[in-house]
Amino acid sequence: MSENLDQITIQLNGESHRIDGDSGLMALISALKLKPKRIAVELNREVVPKAEYDKIVLKNGDVVEIINFVGGG
Amino acid sequence: MQDTPLKIGDRSFKSRLIVGTGKYKDFAETRRAVEESGAEIVTVAVRRVNITARDKENLLDFIDPERWQILPNTAGCYTAEEAIRTCRLAREAGVGSIVKLEIIGDQKTLFPDVPATIDAAKILVKEGFTVLPYITDDPVACRRLEEIGCAAVMPLAAPIGSGLGIRNPFNIKIIIEQAKVPVIVDAGVGTASDAAIAMELGCDGVLMNTAIAGAKDPIAMARAMRLAIEAGRLAFLAGRIDRKLHASASSPLTGLIG
Repeated sequence: MSENLDQITIQLNGESHRIDGDSGLMALISALKLKPKRIAVELNREVVPKAEYDKIVLKNGDVVEIINFVGGG
Repeated sequence: MQDTPLKIGDRSFKSRLIVGTGKYKDFAETRRAVEESGAEIVTVAVRRVNITARDKENLLDFIDPERWQILPNTAGCYTAEEAIRTCRLAREAGVGSIVKLEIIGDQKTLFPDVPATIDAAKILVKEGFTVLPYITDDPVACRRLEEIGCAAVMPLAAPIGSGLGIRNPFNIKIIIEQAKVPVIVDAGVGTASDAAIAMELGCDGVLMNTAIAGAKDPIAMARAMRLAIEAGRLAFLAGRIDRKLHASASSPLTGLIG
């Protein structure tokens, strides 16, 4: 498969991640098979309100953190 | 004898036992232990989703946020900035805005970094969080946290996971004496009597994780803790006898046969 020149690189949970340019945040969440109600997202150090998930378009160099709840005391 | 509910922020709870969800064998065991404990508030940690190895199940598929008050903690944070960031993310996850503030100052003992905890608490309270800070059994630190608006104070009994029980009951008593917010002993509880002692001292609640999850039979220990919290609270409300140096006979001193 030839390289898609429209791809961009973001930092996702500490790792470089290639996605299609003009990818929406919601598309990324769906591609990762995540349920929005079980996660929270930070984009460039700002928490993204859930209502904005389908409005955000990711750009090259964006730093994304996606968290969920795990066992803890 | 009727008890008043445990009030945290603007919410009321009947159970005075708060349990963690760490160190269990699997989610099913976690769920059974939480249910057996009767706890209404359950702590969880906040961590990155594992992008590469996606688990099909999520903790909250087993611990329903509609049924339990989820209490995200800031475990793993060593600075106020990390803890504040974690709380903001946790709130957006949509389980409410009650948070357990935990900023560690030492990796071996996991004792809290008191100045950082106070700094973070100030900011979190301003941002509208209901803050439950994990703190040392230092009455001055607890007073500061109450003054800046924390919804409770959570002095440790002993290091996290140590099972030593309350090491300084005198400090805990002083903290209880001066506090106008709930005092919840958090960390270091080992077995049922530790929990009962905390409640007998006058604590408003106890938070524990390892004591249950690490027991040989976690479900049985969850039940033991539930009973211990109830017994200790009832004993406290019933008003214990004084401690005396000498005896005070229980049977009459008169009418003895000659």
